Amino acid sequence: MTTAPTTSPDSLLPPVGNRLRDSLASGRFAVTAELTPPRGTDLTRLKKGAALLHDYVDAANLTDNPSAVVRLASWAASAAVIAEDLEPICQLQCRDRNRIALQSDLLGLASIGIPNVLLLTGDHTRFGDHPEAKDVFDLDSTTLVWVASTLRDTGELMSGAKLQGSPRLLIGAVENPSAPPLEFRAQRLAKKVAAGAEFIQTQYIFDLDNFRHFVERAGELGALDHCKLLAGLGPIRSPRALERLSHSIPGVVVSDDVAARFKGVKDEDFAEVGLNLCAEMVAELQNIPGVSGVHLMAFAWEESVPEILTRAGVAARQRRN
Amino acid sequence: MASSGQPEAERRVRQGAVPTVPGASARFCYGLHRIVEKGRTWALVARTLEAHPKAYQTFTALEKKTKVAAFGCRMCGQCALPMTGYACPMTCPKQLRNGPCGGVGADGGCEVYPEMRCVWVQGYERAKETGHSADFSLLQRPIDHRRFGESSWVNYWSGRDDYLAAAVLPGGDRPSPRLPASPPAA
Repeated sequence: MTTAPTTSPDSLLPPVGNRLRDSLASGRFAVTAELTPPRGTDLTRLKKGAALLHDYVDAANLTDNPSAVVRLASWAASAAVIAEDLEPICQLQCRDRNRIALQSDLLGLASIGIPNVLLLTGDHTRFGDHPEAKDVFDLDSTTLVWVASTLRDTGELMSGAKLQGSPRLLIGAVENPSAPPLEFRAQRLAKKVAAGAEFIQTQYIFDLDNFRHFVERAGELGALDHCKLLAGLGPIRSPRALERLSHSIPGVVVSDDVAARFKGVKDEDFAEVGLNLCAEMVAELQNIPGVSGVHLMAFAWEESVPEILTRAGVAARQRRN
Repeated sequence: MASSGQPEAERRVRQGAVPTVPGASARFCYGLHRIVEKGRTWALVARTLEAHPKAYQTFTALEKKTKVAAFGCRMCGQCALPMTGYACPMTCPKQLRNGPCGGVGADGGCEVYPEMRCVWVQGYERAKETGHSADFSLLQRPIDHRRFGESSWVNYWSGRDDYLAAAVLPGGDRPSPRLPASPPAA
């Protein structure tokens, strides 16, 4: 087998480095956070979010039409944050694309200089803003990871056709430790690692005991020898956010003790309690063996990310030059 | 709902993929599999059927009737049932072949149809009860959409669906997800 050629050095965007890869390799506690692309072409808010995260995260996820609601393409949003000197993790899901489009997008986003991808199945169209749309699901997330690692490592498409230049990408996948069958979740993670996932970001974690068990099991299966695990967390800002997390995001389970923390809390104090709770969890996760970092999902509240990390005692990233 | 009978099952098939409760117990299915396990005799049956289009059609219609009633089968022609606890992944609204998505409700409900149990949760339970949960670690290749409507039994007996799954461990050598290039059966 010939060694895979790398992405052409003359990619469209300025090189943004490999901060996430380096952080994960060095063993330092990695931090990623989520940014939601705008519904439209106005990049002002996205760039503001990127500036807020810049000093605090290794890389930021740009979501791909989350909840099946149309937003700016994740590759375009990724390009926008690269222009702000923030390393992107471009999300790519299977709901909207068949295997031809998925492979084409993997090549495309690597060619413009995006270093990381997060590959997922995607929320079903039924609850999005175009419920009448045809959903695709030609591949599933595990297979997409398998395809991406094959494109990169063998320089071949799924058809077997040779690529001229293969996408040099750090490949990520997701897992939800809180969704049934609980017992299968670590096995599913191991399966994604077998398919080529190099890092895993989880869905929101609220039940740390269940999560510890999940990490242990993933370790026993050998998955964490070949893959880094970032625990998904997010601050709860308001009663509405608590309600949304509890009932409107598929697969998210807000544990009873977390709900209890907000019992009787006045609306104006909600954010403060939410920040503290999230910071406590970040601090606690640093001490769980097998956890390489955190992934913060602060939907439309990027300002909270520096605050949470500071309260949790996670050092700011080094500013690049 | 369990053995919902033909009309109900057929209605669902028309509607699109909806998680279906298998109408046959896992133990029975694994037992039956031992009888129809591929080998020389069944390969001969497959060849004979393929040589006689009328017989193939009748056989396929029979397969469809049985499997639609029992599993909500969608006739993908590349049956994964023996590896999924005999709960059909093609009845998952996302047609996932490698396990449940992350949207399963805390009660085991489907993300898309919360009032129905996730077909993968059902399959995992069925496989576990009968000692087959290791099957869920196999990497399943994507399906060949040209094979819809074919008899998956014939495809299985003839070895045409040998590509379906691969056993790979974390850090292990990965085969390609590539499918065989062979054209669909006549």
